[in-house]
Amino acid sequence: MRKYWHVIGIGVQNNLTYRFNFLARTLFGFIPLTAILLLWRNIYEGKGDGGLVVTFTLAQMTSYYLLVTLVDALTAVNEDDWQIAADIKDGNISQFLLKPVDYLWFRFCLYLAGRGTYLTVAFIPLLLVVFYLRDYFVLPADAATFGLFAMSVLMTAMLQFFISYTMAMLAFWVMEVSTFIFILYAFEYIASGHMFPLDILPPVVKEALFFTPFPYQLYVPVGIYLGKITGAALIKSLIVQAGWVIAAYFMARFAWYRGIKKYAAAGG
Amino acid sequence: MSLKPEVQNPKSSDARRTTSLIARLRRYAIIYVALWKNSVTRETMFKGNFLLWIVVELAWFGLQLGFISALYLHTDQIGTWTKWQVVLLVGVSHFIQQIFQAFFLINCANLSELVRNGKMDFLMMLPVNTRFVVSLRQVDLGGFVNAGSAMAVIIYAGRELHLSPTWPMALGFLALCFIGICIHYCLMFSLASVSFWTVKAQGIVYGYYNLFNIARMPDDAFPRGVFKTVFTFALPVLLVSNVPARLLTDRLTSSSCFLLVGMAIACAFFSEWVWRMSLKRYTSASS
Repeated sequence: MRKYWHVIGIGVQNNLTYRFNFLARTLFGFIPLTAILLLWRNIYEGKGDGGLVVTFTLAQMTSYYLLVTLVDALTAVNEDDWQIAADIKDGNISQFLLKPVDYLWFRFCLYLAGRGTYLTVAFIPLLLVVFYLRDYFVLPADAATFGLFAMSVLMTAMLQFFISYTMAMLAFWVMEVSTFIFILYAFEYIASGHMFPLDILPPVVKEALFFTPFPYQLYVPVGIYLGKITGAALIKSLIVQAGWVIAAYFMARFAWYRGIKKYAAAGG
Repeated sequence: MSLKPEVQNPKSSDARRTTSLIARLRRYAIIYVALWKNSVTRETMFKGNFLLWIVVELAWFGLQLGFISALYLHTDQIGTWTKWQVVLLVGVSHFIQQIFQAFFLINCANLSELVRNGKMDFLMMLPVNTRFVVSLRQVDLGGFVNAGSAMAVIIYAGRELHLSPTWPMALGFLALCFIGICIHYCLMFSLASVSFWTVKAQGIVYGYYNLFNIARMPDDAFPRGVFKTVFTFALPVLLVSNVPARLLTDRLTSSSCFLLVGMAIACAFFSEWVWRMSLKRYTSASS
């Protein structure tokens, strides 16, 4: 276990080099966030006082996007998938075949370190935005809801990582993985609820999306926080989410196992 | 080009200046054709990848249109914009973005790499304008294909809106798009020049994508305030696609048209100033 703590330490140090990049990213990210919040406000103004979009009040809609930003800061893979793909392409993984370090957990530690560093940088600007919009920021119904939200965020992080890891394994078979990653990312962007709460979609479409892992990558924790997923549906969501985490883990392991058989150790 | 010293002819200095200008333009045109040939050769080496990138762009374009459709399930208007007007706007924005991408994006994004590994030295030594060769070195041919799909969406939305643009209108539209592309280029190039200071400037491309996000939003969705002022008068991305889209939907005021032209000129001067400032900072990285 100690060696993995060491990896986290190295990861934090590496990531700190990019702290200004992270800060720039966070600040740039507020531009489309502001735009979308203003856009929704405009739509709500057309509906008069107390207007609803599906079940969302303006405050809930605002909170939705702020929470998406938070969960995204906590769980989104940053450059991990590119780095893994590059490691495979350049033959850097050869050393992991010899060392008593598991590459998947090694990368997972680096991912955690990256997220930790990112959050430390992004936390204060994010907090300021939440404070500025405090009249529109709703709190969770109770402590238990918050606990379940945290649990779901944790599973979201694992799901995000395992899916990206599996995608990066494509580098064993193709030269350029970026196109595949971008196509998947496009689907994730809309189907995970990054662009808008899935509730505004026609019910059939929304239900169909819940057969894919995408909503569990973002929508589910945020929905739990806002009280859009409660009771039996909440328990079911968490179980299905756990199921996807396990499935993604085995996919990641399987892809590695098959990839290694094909691996040519380019670059010596 | 002849390297012979030019014969003095004091009689017609104007005529001489014109011929030398034409000769210069001709020379640059020849260089640019050579750069195109290079890019075509490069693209044909990775055909599969070329097609996949087109799929990526299509997916993202579809995503934007999906977003608009979902929004308009719950409202009839955003500001004064109806659904098909916004679809048209998204199409115009994608069109401008893709043409910009075809000519400039990759070159602007590569600038930080050129500074980091010292290849700038080589480009600065070439007997051509450095900004010209840095900005136009590569052509991203996929951008033209994607611009075609954007045009298809513009035409479809136009039919839904029962628009029947006249020829002058269509030409005016293309002219406004051209000005919009220039604005995008000048802004991105100024941003990319920051890499002379920080070297690690990959975040810039990411940052610029956020600005593109705003360009496809209907302008009067935003109330008068800091946000609208900044993105109209400082980084005029709110004008770039809204003005041409308003022309097509016959809702353009001449003031916003002049504003677009004025901002384009301001951006051009600004980017040239930033570029010259940045070049002074350049210290060759390699040995």
